[in-house]
Amino acid sequence: MPEVDSGLLRRFVQNGGIVITFVVLAVVLTAIAEPRFLNQLNLTNVLRNFAFLAIPALAQMMVMTAGGFDLSLGAVVAVSSLITAATMAAAAAMMPGADVAITFLALATVLSFGAAVGLVNGGLVTAFGLSPFMVTLAMMSILMGGALYYTQGIPIYGVLDSYISNVGRGRFLTLPVIMWIALGVIVLIVLLQRTTVLGRHIYAVGGDPRSARLSGVKTARVTLTAYVMASCLAGFTGFLMTARIGSGQATIGATLALETIAAAVIGGTSLRGGVGRAELVALAALFLTVIANAMNLIRIESKYQTLVLGAVLIIALGIERLIQRRGTGG
Amino acid sequence: MLNAEGLTKTFGGVTALDRVDFDLRPGEIHALLGENGAGKSTLINLISGTYPRSAGTLAVDGQAVGHLTPQLARTLGIAAVFQEFSLVPELNVVQNLFLGRELRRGPFLRSRAMRQEADALLNRFGFRVPLDAAVADLSRAQRQMVEIAKALRGRSRVVIFDEPTASLTDGEAERLFAAIAQLKADGVAIIYVSHRMSEIRSISDRVTVLRGGRRIGTVDTADVSDTELIEMMVGRPVDELYSALSLSPGEERLSVHGLSTRSGRVRDVGITARAGEVVGLAGLVGCGRSELCRAIFGLEDVADGTIRYHGESLHEPTPHHMLRQGLCYFPADRGAEGLALNRPARENVTMAGLNLPVLAAGPALKVWAERRVIAGPLEKLGLRPMAPENNAAAFSGGNQQKLMLARGLLKDFDVYLFDEPTVGIDVNAKRDVYALIKQLAEAGATVILSTSELPELTHLATRIYVMHEGRVMAELGPGEITEKSILSHYFGEVAHA
Repeated sequence: MPEVDSGLLRRFVQNGGIVITFVVLAVVLTAIAEPRFLNQLNLTNVLRNFAFLAIPALAQMMVMTAGGFDLSLGAVVAVSSLITAATMAAAAAMMPGADVAITFLALATVLSFGAAVGLVNGGLVTAFGLSPFMVTLAMMSILMGGALYYTQGIPIYGVLDSYISNVGRGRFLTLPVIMWIALGVIVLIVLLQRTTVLGRHIYAVGGDPRSARLSGVKTARVTLTAYVMASCLAGFTGFLMTARIGSGQATIGATLALETIAAAVIGGTSLRGGVGRAELVALAALFLTVIANAMNLIRIESKYQTLVLGAVLIIALGIERLIQRRGTGG
Repeated sequence: MLNAEGLTKTFGGVTALDRVDFDLRPGEIHALLGENGAGKSTLINLISGTYPRSAGTLAVDGQAVGHLTPQLARTLGIAAVFQEFSLVPELNVVQNLFLGRELRRGPFLRSRAMRQEADALLNRFGFRVPLDAAVADLSRAQRQMVEIAKALRGRSRVVIFDEPTASLTDGEAERLFAAIAQLKADGVAIIYVSHRMSEIRSISDRVTVLRGGRRIGTVDTADVSDTELIEMMVGRPVDELYSALSLSPGEERLSVHGLSTRSGRVRDVGITARAGEVVGLAGLVGCGRSELCRAIFGLEDVADGTIRYHGESLHEPTPHHMLRQGLCYFPADRGAEGLALNRPARENVTMAGLNLPVLAAGPALKVWAERRVIAGPLEKLGLRPMAPENNAAAFSGGNQQKLMLARGLLKDFDVYLFDEPTVGIDVNAKRDVYALIKQLAEAGATVILSTSELPELTHLATRIYVMHEGRVMAELGPGEITEKSILSHYFGEVAHA
C-alpha cells in the first residue's frame, strides 16, 4: 500500500471531501448514463426533492449530534401535511380570499404541532431517561396510526391554489422557490451550529453529556430544544410538501426515517453524538436525491429502489470508514 | 468559608461517604489523603455538585446551601479540576475552556474574544497547547492542562484539584504549583487531592485523611510525620498488606519483540516473562502498558512485531486462541470489558470457561456442575457476600474484581495478565488480590502486573519494565526496584538525557 500523507488525507476527510466526491460522482455518472438527467424539467424536480430530503435530514442531524435519534420525523411530516390541508380548507371557508393570512395560519399550526411532538419526545427522553429509539418509534406508530384512522387513506383536499402555484410550483431566479427555502434553512442551521451558544452546547451534550453537565451546561434543556427544533423542521417539511402535492396525504414520509438517518450518517454525523455538520448533511441529501432520480430515469421499479438505497448506504459508509481509518490511523 | 457537616452519600446500598465533616478556610491549601475508594472523589463530587448528597449540610460563607448542582457550585465560586476530565473530546481547546460559560452577545458566540482570552489564560500558566486542536487529539498531559486552565478561568473562591500532577512533567507541575501559590495569595481556598506524600508535604497547610468513607482526622501538615499519615490512611502498618514472595523463576514463557500497535500507543516494545515470576509494568496512566497487555491478548491491532508464546510466533493473537493456550487477561475496566453487570455472579465467573470439559459436554452446558465448579475459586478469594446468584452489579468494587479473578482459577493458566487489578477496591480486597498473585506465581505461573500503584510494584514484582509514551524506558531487575528508581523513568528522562 503506498504511503499517503495522512495530514492531507485527514484534512480532506474533515472538510467533507468524501461527501463532495460522492455527489460529483453521482451527478457525472448519472449525466453520462442518462442525458435526460440534465434536462431543465428534471433538474428542477431534483432540486425540489432535494429540499424535501435536506430539511428533515438536518432535523435528524440536529437530534443525532445531541446524542439522540428521531424515528418519528417521517410521521410528523405526514401529519403536518394533513394539518396544512385541513387548516387551509377550514380557514378558507371562514375567511375566503385572505390567502396570505391563511397560509401563515397553517404554517403556525404546523409548527405548534411539531413543537408539541418534540416536547413529548424530548421530555420523555430527558425526564425519564427513556431510550430515544423506543420513544420516537412509539411516537411514529401513534402518529401514523392516527393519520390513517383520521383520513381512512383518503387525501385531504382544500389546499389553497395560490399556495400551490406560488410555493409548490413557483420559481425565483429560474430555480424552484422550495429549493431557495431549503437553502435558507441550511444557512440558518449552519449559523446555529457555528455561531450560537445553543449550537455549541448541542455538540457538547452529544459528545460527552457528563462533561457538559460538569461544565454547567443545562443538558436536559439543550436536548429538549434539539428535539423540538427537529420536529418543527419536520412539520415545516410537511407544510412545503403539501404545496407540491396539492393535498394532505397520510402516506408521505413513510421512508423518511431511514432516508434522513442515511443522509445524516453519510454526511458524517456520528451515531454516538457530538459530530455532525449541516452543510455536509445537505450534500449527502443531494447525493441520495440524485441517486433516487437516476433510478427513476432508468426506470428501476420503486420496490427495488429501497433495496438500492440500503445498498448505497452500506457501501457509502464502508468507503467512508475505510478512508477515515487511513486518515486518522484509528 | 466552606463548612460541611455530616456529609453522607450512598450509591444503591453502598455507603461511599459516611458522616464526614470538612471545613475550608480562605487562603489555605487543604489536602485530602486516602486510598482508592476511601471517599475522596465522592467528597469532592458532593462539594462541586456533581452528585446530590444523601445527608448532611453544606454552608458557604455561613449561608446554608440546599440542593447543589454544578451550575450553582459555579455561581458560588466553586471550581473543580477533575481527574476524569470534564472535557468534551469532540470540541477544540477554546470551545472546551469556555464550555458552559461562553462569552456571548445575545444568543451568539464571541469567538474571537474567547480565542484571545484562551490564549492569555494558557500563557499565564505557561501551558503550551494548540488552541484549535480537538481535545480527543491531545495527550493526557495536555488535557490535564486544559482542565486546569478551564477551572481557573473566571473568579473562583474554592478550587478543587483531583490529582492534578498525575500526568504532568516536573516542569509543568512546578508551573502548576506556582499558579496554586498565586491563588492562595489571592485568598482562594484550595482542596488538593493527591497520593504523593512529597507534594502534600510541600504545599498543603492541613490534611484530612479519609478511609473507607469515614474521616479519620484533620491535622496540620507541619505537625505530623509521613509515617503517621500513611498509618492513618491504611489503618495499619503498610507492610502487612504484602507478604514476602519466594519465587524461583524458570524458563522463558512469553516474549514480545519489536511490538507496535496500530493505534500507536505501543511502540517497538520488547519484554520477556518467565515461569514463576511477577513482571511489573510501570508508567503513567496512558503510557501504553494497558495497550501492551491488550495487544498480547489480541484486543489491540498489532501493526508490527511478534509475540512468542509456547514456542509459537504470533502476529495476530485473538482472545479465543490465547485463552485456549493458557493465557488469561484481567482488564482494567471491569464494567466495560470484564463483567456483564446485569447477570448473576455465577454466570460471570464461568463466562470465559464455558468450553472447559468441567462445564461443557459438546454444545450443551453442564448446568448442574456450574455451581460446584465455581464454589472453590470463590471461597479461595473470599467473595463477600457469598451469593453467586446475585447480579454482578450488586457487589462492591472489590468483590466484582474477585468475580473477574475467579475466572482465572477455573483452570490452571500459564500466564496471567493483570491490568490495574486494584483500582477502586478496598484495602481488604487488595490484600486478597496480592495473596492471589503470590499464590499463582509461587505455583509456577507467569504473572504480568500492569499497575499505577508503586507499592504493588516494589512489593510484588521481580522485574519491572517502565514505560513512557508507548516505549519501554527501563528494565529494573531484582535489587534495583525502589519507588524512586521507578519514578525516575516515569517521564522518559532517559530518552532525553
